[in-house]
Amino acid sequence: MIPASFEYVVAHSLEETVGLLAKHGSDAKILSGGMSLIPAMKLRLAQPVFIVDVNGVSGLEYIREEHGELRIGAMTREAALERSSLVKHGYPILFETAKVIADPLVRNRATIGGNLAHADPANDHPATMLALGATIVAHGPHGDRLIPIDEFFPSFFASALEPDEVLTEIRIPAPSVRSGGAYIKFERKVGDYAIAAVAVNLTLDDHDTCIAARIGLTNVTDVPARATSAEASLVGHRITEQAIADASRLAAHESDPKSDLRGSAEYKRDLVRVLAGRAIGRAVSRARGGSH
Amino acid sequence: MSMKTVNFTINGEARSVQAESRQLLVHCIRETLGLTGTHVGCETSHCGACTIHLDGEPVKSCTMFAVQAEGKSLTTVEGLAIGGTLNPVQEGFWEEHGLQCGFCTPGMMMTATALLRTVNEPTETEIREAISGNLCRCTGYVNIVKAIQYAQRKMHATPAPEAVLQGGD
Repeated sequence: MIPASFEYVVAHSLEETVGLLAKHGSDAKILSGGMSLIPAMKLRLAQPVFIVDVNGVSGLEYIREEHGELRIGAMTREAALERSSLVKHGYPILFETAKVIADPLVRNRATIGGNLAHADPANDHPATMLALGATIVAHGPHGDRLIPIDEFFPSFFASALEPDEVLTEIRIPAPSVRSGGAYIKFERKVGDYAIAAVAVNLTLDDHDTCIAARIGLTNVTDVPARATSAEASLVGHRITEQAIADASRLAAHESDPKSDLRGSAEYKRDLVRVLAGRAIGRAVSRARGGSH
Repeated sequence: MSMKTVNFTINGEARSVQAESRQLLVHCIRETLGLTGTHVGCETSHCGACTIHLDGEPVKSCTMFAVQAEGKSLTTVEGLAIGGTLNPVQEGFWEEHGLQCGFCTPGMMMTATALLRTVNEPTETEIREAISGNLCRCTGYVNIVKAIQYAQRKMHATPAPEAVLQGGD
């Protein structure tokens, strides 16, 4: 499995990266962790003529809270997210997501920015970022542009990044009082894509009424997507067993899985129902102050 | 075909090689440098037979280009033993029969060596999680876990465990 030939350049700054992207247009591809790109190149599903390796750009690996947001540099490795106590304790949904991506060796290289920019509906971060209402920072010739995550996945395997833009940062709103999230993935074996996975982030008021809810789905839609009717069914109501069951059925109905080696569409749709129920339950428990 | 000069340190030795941009690091290690201890299993990032240390961290060398190793420090299974003395992980695989066909063994030992350098006393669950990116098709996981536990005990029985596990970086 030998990739097609390409020209390789290491960029040392964002400006240099953007300049190379502007010059080479759609022939160019950014290499960050390479954990999706290199396998695709080996299978010749991707045959970029020009590779811009951004591992030489410093200052893109960080996890910090500022301005009421969690800000994560695009080159932050999944292993760093897994090891971060800030992520583990403050954003358990994100910890749960990073920990189930591929396997520990892949996570030493894989980056959060690459996972999102690849725009694969089978990747794990898109659903979680949809649930968290994240904002993507794209750097281009005219500086930074903020892209709401709801607008980041316009079509199949495409992101909202322009050909001369590079993803530099992910911004996640700091959790409000009495909010909680969870990501639950079902996979055949370690390292596989999800058969299905569900990300839930919700907020309760003092009377346990749900005042905000966002639900993201993994690998059961053509583009990373939210289950908006399931969300709507929760908001304004107390989260009873019945409310969870109803929302889970709606999420399953909103999913559009395809039959493949991982299972039939019917099986996957029912799996969405089960996982949505578990994820909502865990998110509610966390919103009430529990850890599970 | 454009060749690039790539400079890195491998098993403590500075090397300079010519590599085509598309050459995978594992092929550079095996074919250009002749270090065939690192295996090529699936070539699809699943099996971990090609695991090496990149600046001390275990990674799959089939999913990196050789040109990405510029300026890095690499360690392969050939670099684990110091002066002909097996490192504790290698000794554990020997003592606990941690291999059957041996194909996954180099990758398993690289992952295990990195684990024991970063986690003092991993539980069995932590060990199994750590090696979850390394597949043993003989399914010999029970003895592989025992081998790693042997290495862990050996390191803790020695006054300076860091010194014992210096192999592997």
